[in-house]
Amino acid sequence: MNNKNEHLDTLNDIKQLMEKSSRFISLSGLSGIAAGICGIVSAYIAHTIIGNYYNAYNGRGYWQLESFKALETKLFILGIATMLLAASLGIYFTWRKSKLNKVNIFNTSSKRLFVNICIPLAAGGIFVIGMLANNVWQFIGPACLIFYGLALINGSKYTLDEVRYLGFCEIILGGINLFYVGYGLYFWAIGFGILHIVYGIIMWNKYDRH
Amino acid sequence: MKNPIEHLNKVFDNRLRLGIMSTLMVNAEINFNELKELMQATDGNLASHIKGLEESGYIKVQKGFIGRKTNTTYTATKAGEKAFKQHLQALEEMIKSSK
Repeated sequence: MNNKNEHLDTLNDIKQLMEKSSRFISLSGLSGIAAGICGIVSAYIAHTIIGNYYNAYNGRGYWQLESFKALETKLFILGIATMLLAASLGIYFTWRKSKLNKVNIFNTSSKRLFVNICIPLAAGGIFVIGMLANNVWQFIGPACLIFYGLALINGSKYTLDEVRYLGFCEIILGGINLFYVGYGLYFWAIGFGILHIVYGIIMWNKYDRH
Repeated sequence: MKNPIEHLNKVFDNRLRLGIMSTLMVNAEINFNELKELMQATDGNLASHIKGLEESGYIKVQKGFIGRKTNTTYTATKAGEKAFKQHLQALEEMIKSSK
């Protein structure tokens, strides 16, 4: 009987290693925290920019195409800058962790992870650009959250399992946001800011703290 | 009734060796540091078991360079894959027979 359990354990070990070795496990919790802070700061800046726009609008008393275009451009640049900064910080902390473990960050599993995250993300990007082109503003926030969540779920097969739950949370948040379209920025701050930070802290606690 | 133990491979009678083979079954190649991260083993321990597998002809070692650093990668040989599958089958049979 004891013998049997021992063999079952061995088989389990083998199964786990086969699973684990085909995934990218050097993902750092600090990456999540850094991306989350970027998200919150960016949401705050966006809030200020929009506030300023409405202040000017109310002071002037009429709608002006130029200032609206300026608002559009500012928010667009802010969005791109946030994404780049969050991604670079995310990659930096994961690179640091993999360097500590002396593992190459550009291995087969990280490439697989990258490609699988990019597929839903690219679809989402096209979707959002399409909405912008049609002047549909209300659903950009929810669409970003939902597509990002799908990307995480798709990528989670190639990295730590917990990423999957982060993905579910983003999708649920995006779904709720669809019915409260005026509050997109707050949902953004929660989804890209707070959720990332919470996720990052949990992961850091679980895997990185030695 | 035949004795299922006869198919259990002595070479795989160790967690690290079993682990190294398991990873090499699903990855075309893997380097030393990746193995170390996966197994959570020490350098010396890992190296000695790799040596054991290499001497049995179950894995192939390629020494290469990334820049100036050495990068040693490992792949499973055909014989290694066959032996590992047989070993798994033997384990399975043992579990079944001890029900």
